[in-house]
Amino acid sequence: MSSHLVWHGELTTRKTLLRRGFYFAAPGMIWILLFLALPSLLLVVVSFTTRGAYGQIEWSFTLENFKRLCGFGLYGWSADYFIILFRSVHVAFWTTLICILLSYPLCFYIANKPERTRYFWLTLIIIPFWTNLVIRAYAWLLVLAPQLPLARIANALGLVPEGTPLYPSSFAVYLGMVATFLPFVALPLYSSVEKLDWALVEAANDLYAGKIRVFLHAIWPQTVPGISVGITLTFIPAMGMFVIPDFLGGAKYMLIGNLIQQQFGTSRDWPFGAAVSLALMVLTLVGLHFQRKRGKKVEPI
Amino acid sequence: MRRFHWLVPATALGALAFLYVPLMAVAVFSVNNSRFGLSWQGFTLKWYAKLFANEQILEAAWNTLMLATISTVVATVIGTILAIGLDRFPWSKRSFSLLDINLHLPVVTPEIVFAAALAVAFGVLRLVFSIFEPGLLNMIIGHITFQVSFVALVVRARLEAITSDFEEAARDLYADNAYLLRRVMLPLLKPGIVGGAMLAFTLSLDDFVVSFFTAGPTSVTLPLYIYAIVRRGVTPEIHALSTLALTVTVVLVMLSERFTRKQNKE
Repeated sequence: MSSHLVWHGELTTRKTLLRRGFYFAAPGMIWILLFLALPSLLLVVVSFTTRGAYGQIEWSFTLENFKRLCGFGLYGWSADYFIILFRSVHVAFWTTLICILLSYPLCFYIANKPERTRYFWLTLIIIPFWTNLVIRAYAWLLVLAPQLPLARIANALGLVPEGTPLYPSSFAVYLGMVATFLPFVALPLYSSVEKLDWALVEAANDLYAGKIRVFLHAIWPQTVPGISVGITLTFIPAMGMFVIPDFLGGAKYMLIGNLIQQQFGTSRDWPFGAAVSLALMVLTLVGLHFQRKRGKKVEPI
Repeated sequence: MRRFHWLVPATALGALAFLYVPLMAVAVFSVNNSRFGLSWQGFTLKWYAKLFANEQILEAAWNTLMLATISTVVATVIGTILAIGLDRFPWSKRSFSLLDINLHLPVVTPEIVFAAALAVAFGVLRLVFSIFEPGLLNMIIGHITFQVSFVALVVRARLEAITSDFEEAARDLYADNAYLLRRVMLPLLKPGIVGGAMLAFTLSLDDFVVSFFTAGPTSVTLPLYIYAIVRRGVTPEIHALSTLALTVTVVLVMLSERFTRKQNKE
């Protein structure tokens, strides 16, 4: 270990270097360990504890919280929590898919603009990306209000009675979710579309490929890196989202994020909240796993 | 220029309208002279005037800025040295991948799970140390935790881009450790550090979930304030506040774009 080596022009030993590297990396690493890794482990422990009469944690260990999550409550089995879990995955899936479908035309449209104005169009996607989530959710609340055109049109079509807003509804949740996550898919996709090799598309055209085959064989594979970043940035946060369903979905359209927030807020049931958080974490890991597997299949790097 | 089917521009413009119509609506109603309802009653700036007379809002704005500034400064320092520590030392493959996983933890953990874990951790810490009451300190700690890894990732990208040639040259010219760090590495890393700090600052300003789980009654930030008011009902002051926040976002985005473009030219 103590043999000398030259490292970036310095004659030194491995041991000295590693000690110095440790001093550099330690504050950040310890910070993340202390305030993220350890709290997460604590969350696992707490999910096996019991809620005391005043909302405090009682350190008697049971599987009660997980049984409850699986639907075994005081009044026999119910599918309520399963429905919430399923709904979260369902909403996240469709949100991601709709965002992808909208992002392709959007990115091709912008990439096709002359270089001078392209930057302006791109900024139009970056601004919503950085706009506060609460403000964007609330903006939809405003647009769907009963006096405004959208609700009036819906009323004229006989979809809702006069004077009612279009929220809370699953429709409103989807509008809010897609609007929130569209920039998260469009921006990474754009970086792929900008670098697209059009010679491949022309070659496909020369070989009489139909439009769909051109897309599937000449365009899609080139945009996979961008799309896969976009999916990760959308699907995972969408499952845990709680501001949008809170504003636009109401109590009837709860997602897993609302369930967690409820346990830490009004219900003051931290052990159960911890169990639900773990369920979300598991869903996330499963999602990331599929994502990585798919990414590897397409891109053998 | 390529010609597309008419559906492409139509969908693209439709998607942009979809992003901007709600924000425009908020801006329009922020200058509407009507306390209740959403009918147009003429132009006014009185909601903006009211905003600046509202002490709760001013306090929330102050809290938001304090939180973002303190956490960004700490996270930038820790994140920068973390990036150097990871990138410039001969870690074995195994320990490097462990360090790397730890670095990415804040990026891949769902925000709400991280927030819940922090709430529980502070709840337990509170049993021993009373300073961990919900409030500004807890929020600062929470924000630093996710900011550190974003700063470190941005700075690390810069470290890889500049390569270690300059450091080797400096060593050959007998620079010692302190001189190397201060006069060679930090100036070269500056764009990465500034970029990382700007990212961290914006993440903190925008954060809702982590703040929501760690805030106390005296440490309300603007997003928390807007959330609380909206749950009680939509008001013209909130239109005005949101429009101002939106304007700040637009300015920040333009500044950071200008900054990155200048960097790219250099």
